[in-house]
Formats: sequence, C-alpha cells, structure tokens
Amino acid sequence: MSARPRSAALESFRSNPISLFGLALVAFCVLAAIFAPWVTPYPTHVGPIGDFAAINAAPSAKHWFGTDTIGRDIFTRVIFGYRLSLTMAVLVLAISVPIGVVLGLVAGYVGGWVEYVIMRLTDVFLAIPPLVLAMSIMGFLPPTLTNAMLAVTAMWWPWYTRLVYNVVRAEAREGYVLAAEVVGASVPHILFREILPNCVPPVLTKITLDIGFVVLMVASLSFLGLGVQPPTPDLGSMVADGAKYMPDAWWLTIFPALSIMVLVLGFNLLGDGLREAFDAEV
Amino acid sequence: MPKLLLTFLRRVGTSLIVLFGVSILIFGIARIMPGDPARIALGPNATQQQVEALREARHLNDPIHEQYFYFVRELLHGDLGVSLYTKRPVTTDVAQFLPSSLELVFASGLLMVVLGIPLGLLTARYQGRWPDHAGRLMSVIAVCTPAFVWGVILQLLFAYFVPIFPIEGQLSSAMKPPPTVTGFLTVDSILAGNMPTLANALYHLVLPALALALAAIGQTARLTRSSMIEIYRKPYVEMSRAYGFSERKIATRYAFRPALIPTLTVLGLDFAALLANAFLVERVFGWPGLSRYGVEVILRKDLDAIVGTVLIIAALFLICNLIVDLLVSIINPRIRLAEKRAGS
Repeated sequence: MSARPRSAALESFRSNPISLFGLALVAFCVLAAIFAPWVTPYPTHVGPIGDFAAINAAPSAKHWFGTDTIGRDIFTRVIFGYRLSLTMAVLVLAISVPIGVVLGLVAGYVGGWVEYVIMRLTDVFLAIPPLVLAMSIMGFLPPTLTNAMLAVTAMWWPWYTRLVYNVVRAEAREGYVLAAEVVGASVPHILFREILPNCVPPVLTKITLDIGFVVLMVASLSFLGLGVQPPTPDLGSMVADGAKYMPDAWWLTIFPALSIMVLVLGFNLLGDGLREAFDAEV
Repeated sequence: MPKLLLTFLRRVGTSLIVLFGVSILIFGIARIMPGDPARIALGPNATQQQVEALREARHLNDPIHEQYFYFVRELLHGDLGVSLYTKRPVTTDVAQFLPSSLELVFASGLLMVVLGIPLGLLTARYQGRWPDHAGRLMSVIAVCTPAFVWGVILQLLFAYFVPIFPIEGQLSSAMKPPPTVTGFLTVDSILAGNMPTLANALYHLVLPALALALAAIGQTARLTRSSMIEIYRKPYVEMSRAYGFSERKIATRYAFRPALIPTLTVLGLDFAALLANAFLVERVFGWPGLSRYGVEVILRKDLDAIVGTVLIIAALFLICNLIVDLLVSIINPRIRLAEKRAGS
C-alpha cells in the first residue's frame, strides 16, 4: 500500500545517502553490462581463447583482476558475467512477476475454492527451499542457460502471488472497490484498473530487491555446476572453477565472488530505499 | 480441548496437505522431464532388454497416476526407493548424510540467534548514531553475499592466508571418529566421552557454520532492529522511561519480548534458507552432508534419490515452521490470553 504521495516518496528517497549509493552501484553495474563490448579491455576473452603469454597473472595495471588459467582477463569476464546475470534476472522476472501478480489478484478478490487452490499451490512451492527446487528441476534438464532460467522462473512466481494477495485482501474492503462494484464494473476492470495500481509500489520494490536475488540464485546454481556451462562467462562458475587454484591464484575466485556481492548489494540498497520511500510492506 | 492444541492440530493438517502437494509436484517434475530414467540409470552400454526389465521393475511403463500410487504406497511404508548411484535404499543414504548437514545448520542457527539478535538490539538502541550505521552496513553486506562467497572468503583468509582453521572436512584424518549413535559428530563425541574429538569437530565446524550463518545473522539483526524501533515508539515504552526505568531494563525486559515475535516468525523461513545454502557451503568446505549427496544424485539423474532428498528437506522445513508457530503462540501474550479466557 502506498501511504505516501509520489512526490513525498521521491523526496524521502533523495534525502537518503544509502539509497543513492545503491542507485549509483546499480547504474554502474547496469551501464557496464550494457556497454560491455566497448568498456572492457579484452572483449575477445569472453570465449574459450585467452592470451597464453599471460597465464595466471596476478592483478596489475594491465589486468585489474588478474588473468585465469588460460590467460583470459578476469575483469572483462566479470563485466560480461554481469551482462549475462542481469539479462537472466530481467527475463526471469518478466515471466514470473505477471504470473504471480495475476494469480494473487484472482485469489485475493475471487475467494472461495479458487483462493484455496491458488494459495495452497503457492504454499507447496514455498515449502521447498528455492535453491533446492531449482536444483531438482535442473537435475532433470540439460544444463543450459534457458533451462536454468526456466528452473528459477518456476520457483519465483509464488512470492508475488502471496504479496499481491495480501494487498488485495486489504484493498478489497476499501470504498473505491465497493463503489466500482456498485456501479457494476466487471471483475477484470476492478482487478486490473482499480486494485492493481495499488499493488504497484510493493511489487516494484520487490522486483528491485529480487533482481539481486535472482542473480544470486543463478550464480548459486552455476556454482554447483547445474547452470551455465563454459566458456560462457558466468560469475558462479568462475568462483567454482577458481576455487581449485586457491590459495595461490586467489584472484580467480575472490574477484568474481566480490563482484556478485557488489551487484546484489547495489540492488538491495536501492530496493531498501524504495521500500522506505513508498512505505511499502514487502 | 484447549484452543491452542486445536489450532496447532489444524496447522499440522495444513502442513500435511502441503507435503502431499510437494510429493505430487516433485514426483511430477521427475516423471514429466525428458529422458528415460531407466536408460540414464543403466548407462549407454546397457542392452535394450536390461532397460526394459528395469522399466518393468520400477513400474515405469504404467500410467503416471498409477506410478504415483505405487510411490505413495511405498512412501507410507517408509520406503523412498533405491538410489541407483549408491545402490542402497534412499532412506539409508539420507540417514547417513542428514545428521552432518543438520549439525551444520543447527550450529549456524545458533550463531544466527546469538549474534543476530544482540546486533539488532544494539543498532536499535543507538538508532541514527554510528553503532547503528556500522551495524546496518555490516548486516546489509552480510545479507547480500551468497553463502558460497562467504565460504571462499573465510576459507582464503582464515584457512589459507592465516591458517588458524582447517581448510575442509569434518574431522582431521588423524582423528578416529566416535562410534555412531546419533550421527551428529559433536554429540557422538560427547557420548563417547572423547573430548579431543569433540574439540576437533567443533574446530572444523567454525568456518562453515559462520559462512552459512552470516546472511541469516544480517537478516535477523535487521528484523530485530526494525521491530525494536517500532516498539520504542509505543506509549508504554515512553511511560517506562517516565517512571525512570533504565534504558537497559527497557530494552531487555519490556521492548524485547514483543519485538521477538516477528523475528521468530522469520526464523522458520531463515531455517529453510540455511538448509538450501548448506548445499553451497558444504561444497566449499568438502562437508560430507546431505547437500553433497543431493548434488551428486542430481548430476547422475538418480530419480528416487532426488525425489527422496527434496521430500525430506520439504518435510524438515514444514516441521520447523510448525515449531515456530507453536513458539510464537506461546510467547505472544495476546494469543495466550485469548486461550486462557476461552478456557475459563
């Protein structure tokens, strides 16, 4: 529920240095990801071929994050890893959010057995830890990018169903909904034109927080070897592969690991700022 | 019948329905996915006859609802099938690997409560001042970092660069493990009265438990902080201040208990996160737990073992939430009082 008008929300967001720092981190990561081929020093190192003259080089001015076992620049691969992670996060949310929102609207407003079935179904999905569910789905599918994305999508929608359901339950008793019902508005009209706009602030806030968490989930899957396969630059598999060369070539692991942290931190601070600004329960 | 018990029984009923749903879901995933499980189990060198025999033996040729019926019937007899990877009953495998995972999860849960709640109290008490800012920054960084990243960072710092803790494993190879009674290495060591083994096991537990706990500690601290701040705004806290009670007493006696309720509720969810993240941490530290078994069977497409492992994890999660529900209703005076009135 948005308890504050939009201008007040913007003002609250602007006056919070931590939220602005989050916004800056997100802007940096997203811009770097979009312009990866132009801003990275060695864009050709995305593939399986590196610079054999500089194998396992420690971090230096030439290679900020060092190079890996076949001489590929780790900084370059991290930025391309951002590109991949962010694309996957956007796609996962683009599919799971609409599904979750519509189911939540319907369950909250229609009630009865429809509500019971939808809400128990979300309970079932939420009863399995997300990573475990995604892992077991990946267990039966070939480990490709698309499948990893589908596996994460399959477990992400129930959170939005539950969120929207709670908003709808609170809103359905409000005067404006009653007014629309009295006037004879159709159920789709009430759901999408009357109630949905009030779900926007919490859903937007949750999406911002979730971009970070989807990135984290995808990285976790590939860390376990159940996601993206080489030579695609992926943050999770870079951490897993690098761990074999600890502690001598510590940069192979630590830099990709820290970059996951930075990306997720950015979206989290930004999301927290939005939550406070909109005064939204997520 | 007391109302509390009745509510509790209703929750148990709902949980059983959900568990039933989980079994359909995971069974469905296992059967709908492409690929012949019998062929995958036997490998590319098996003859068509062998594959056909296994399909027959495992009822794979029957319609899917009949397969599910067989599955549930075996489940009710406590039979989760046979792992094609270890060639042992899945229940035996789970019984062997689960205690190590739970030991890790419990240790992390303990850290989460022992470190997270005081950190939350501290930041709430000094709201807007530097301990608050420092504590909040630490919590948010802890929450944002995946458990495996904490794992590799802690391992690099405290096992490789400054070698105070072991790199991996559950016990030094020179140590003889205690006789298995509960499967929990620490508990078994105590039962055997073997203090050096206990010390060694605890010493191995520190880094993995911390790596697993950090995100949960941050989460708990954030939650405790926000509910404490909400309670600090309540009139009765102001009244206590007016009466001249010390800040310490207000924080620990009057504000803490109601603030604990939302924290407790989320602990159940956090426990699920710990169970799942144990998969990642066990990988980093070579911990011989259920997670390692789970990844192994997933990579080998070992149907029964996957279904069994996921079901056990879901059941653990539901049980944990039931316990949390019960604790919340005991601690929450409104629920407790309502029951007392209804009973009198």
